[in-house]
Amino acid sequence: MLDRTADNVARATPEPLAKKIRGISDKGLAWLFISPTILLLLAINIFPLFWAIYLSFTNYRANRPNEVVKNLGLANYRRILGDQDIWIAMQTTAHFVFWTILLQTVIGFTLAWLIDRKFRGHAFWTTIILVPMMLSPAVVGNFWRFLYEPQIGLFSYVVSFVTGIPPTNVQMLSNVELAPWAIIIVDTWMWTPYVMLICLAGLRSIPEYIYEAAEVDRASNWRQFWSITLPMALPFIMLAVLFRGIENFKMFDMVNLLTGGGPGSTTEVASITLKRQAFESWRTGYSSAFAIILFVAVFGLANIYVKALNKVKQR
Amino acid sequence: MKSTLKLALGLSSAIFASTAVSDVAHAEDLTLCWAAWDPANALVELSKDFTKETGIGMKFEFVPWTNYADRFLNELNSHGKLCDLIIGDSQWIGGAAENGHYVKLNDFFDKEKISMDDFVPATVVGYSEWPKNTPNYWALPAMGDVVGWTYRKDWFSRPELQKEFKEKYGWDLAPPTTFDQLKQIAEFFQKRQIDGKTVYGASIYTERGSEGITMGAMDVLYSYGFQYENPKKPYEMEGFVNSEKSVKGLEFYKALYDCCTPPGASNSYMGEGVDAFKSGQVAMHMNFAFTWPGLQKDENVGGDRIGYFVNPKGPDGDQFAQLGGQGISVVSYSDKQESALKYIKWFANKDVQAKWWSLGGYSCLNSVVKDPKFPSSQPYAQAFLDSMAIVKDFWAEPSYAPLLQASQKRFHDYVVAGQGSAKDALDGLVKDWTQIFQDDGKM
Repeated sequence: MLDRTADNVARATPEPLAKKIRGISDKGLAWLFISPTILLLLAINIFPLFWAIYLSFTNYRANRPNEVVKNLGLANYRRILGDQDIWIAMQTTAHFVFWTILLQTVIGFTLAWLIDRKFRGHAFWTTIILVPMMLSPAVVGNFWRFLYEPQIGLFSYVVSFVTGIPPTNVQMLSNVELAPWAIIIVDTWMWTPYVMLICLAGLRSIPEYIYEAAEVDRASNWRQFWSITLPMALPFIMLAVLFRGIENFKMFDMVNLLTGGGPGSTTEVASITLKRQAFESWRTGYSSAFAIILFVAVFGLANIYVKALNKVKQR
Repeated sequence: MKSTLKLALGLSSAIFASTAVSDVAHAEDLTLCWAAWDPANALVELSKDFTKETGIGMKFEFVPWTNYADRFLNELNSHGKLCDLIIGDSQWIGGAAENGHYVKLNDFFDKEKISMDDFVPATVVGYSEWPKNTPNYWALPAMGDVVGWTYRKDWFSRPELQKEFKEKYGWDLAPPTTFDQLKQIAEFFQKRQIDGKTVYGASIYTERGSEGITMGAMDVLYSYGFQYENPKKPYEMEGFVNSEKSVKGLEFYKALYDCCTPPGASNSYMGEGVDAFKSGQVAMHMNFAFTWPGLQKDENVGGDRIGYFVNPKGPDGDQFAQLGGQGISVVSYSDKQESALKYIKWFANKDVQAKWWSLGGYSCLNSVVKDPKFPSSQPYAQAFLDSMAIVKDFWAEPSYAPLLQASQKRFHDYVVAGQGSAKDALDGLVKDWTQIFQDDGKM
């Protein structure tokens, strides 16, 4: 059927065009087919990147199109790297990335390990656990804001019930000490299932015969876990850490919805600072430089990490 | 077959013709951009008269306050044609004028004999002029607004509370005339049980993301002696922004936040304030006057239960209030400027302005607000008039956005997060603002 259709198309192709097509090599044809995609990628990914690099050396402001654009050299980069507020935002980001990854990895791996026991109803519980991940961050942010509400929020009442502290004193989003943890809790609640899924894939990829051999050697469960389960699932865990690390480094939506960077600047992660500089203060050149710095930082760290991951996989 | 073909042809021609006619009919429809709030609904109602008179249809693009500046400044900066008319915030006027976003209206005003002398002077300076205090007009004052206060008149008038208050503070429980009195009242009501419910002292602006805490803190700082710059030397801020009086003002605002606001009110602006007042949580409520008509009509807290008062005086007797409100401008990228100007001409009409006020908008026309019947026309009319007489506004420079972001950060860091001192915050603000003006080549 397909051959017949191809024959019909070939016969219907006008002779001059057919001649031209016959003259194209396989490689040329391949390029012809992928060129629209490449052009699209160049237009929406590569060009903006180079344009941002160019802008980062200028004083350009998107809200002042009539102003003369001056070349500032490295001034934007120097100002960013010498700005104490930027370093505070980077520290906040690092704190957030560290704790979310740690909690999500520990809880996610534990859940995966439990689910892998294949107890009765494990499929049902897997689905339930995955629900938070399927929700939109906007929805999650908004309903957690209500849950954290000191006067009517369920979270405040649960904490109050457990600790005896009056619910109006449980001010998760207003308290400088608690606000970063409020965001960490929500992110962990939402994305632990994702880590669990990757870890579960890792655990399921371990061949059963290895455990059988260990049983024959009378290895204890603890020994099996440390010598088989963990090392063999490690590349998957590391992959989950990589994905979550990159995602959380550029975390914006949840922070914006829950605290907007506050109270004060205590939860102002780098992406919030970047957005404020770019789209509220309209310092386009300056924010481009900041975006490039962030890009280099994430790219560099991810590269080092991927090399480490490859080493682990080769072991 | 032939008849079916004819029928199809006839139908398609009719559909095409009707679409074309409808396109012609709506070719001059104007789109007006503004914030999504109560006065916008009043404007929709009012604009029906314009369509009746001129045949020009009106479409509206309303965006919630939290995204209002982002959305419309993006639109203007990208030279978008979405808005033919825009009611832009007062602080945008400098940037919009210098970047050519708004049509200059001087010639149009001269031609149509629209005089700026017919409008409340503060609104002309605040909403229309750039540079300030020069006769260069970029907007027609459209919606007067100012930060003022509402209070629970029914709670204030309870004999047992009045007695207790008098015993404790030595003066009658009544709307405060100074900020010290305001704080005493707020402390008195904080965590008090009224009708079996815990209530709190006051709702004030603490929002971090857009302009909330700056509007609130400035509302207090002005009356404490804060000045943006040396009146004799523009852009000289040292000793004015961070004067001792300003420091005291900011310390007061923090003290008010710490002592007397509802739990968790660390990111409150207009909407949250209205919610706090409507739900009977607070005794006093700082907010722009545009919220008053809605609160007055509220079943639970409106009517006889609500009262209004002007921003109180500072320690030296100075009394100012933060200006809100906006002017209406013609967007220079619109293809329908002629029709848009017709709308401005219509809107400036005395009768239209009177109806605007009656529908819930705040007219800036002298003939409306100076009408002898105006103060008694609404329970809040006198407080609005008195407040409009003492207004001050934030920087309206083209760099207003970074200037605002700097104050948002400095004020929130100190007032809500409790980081550093008021002096540190204001010194930091001088540093930030100086850097911004230096980048602009103004210093």
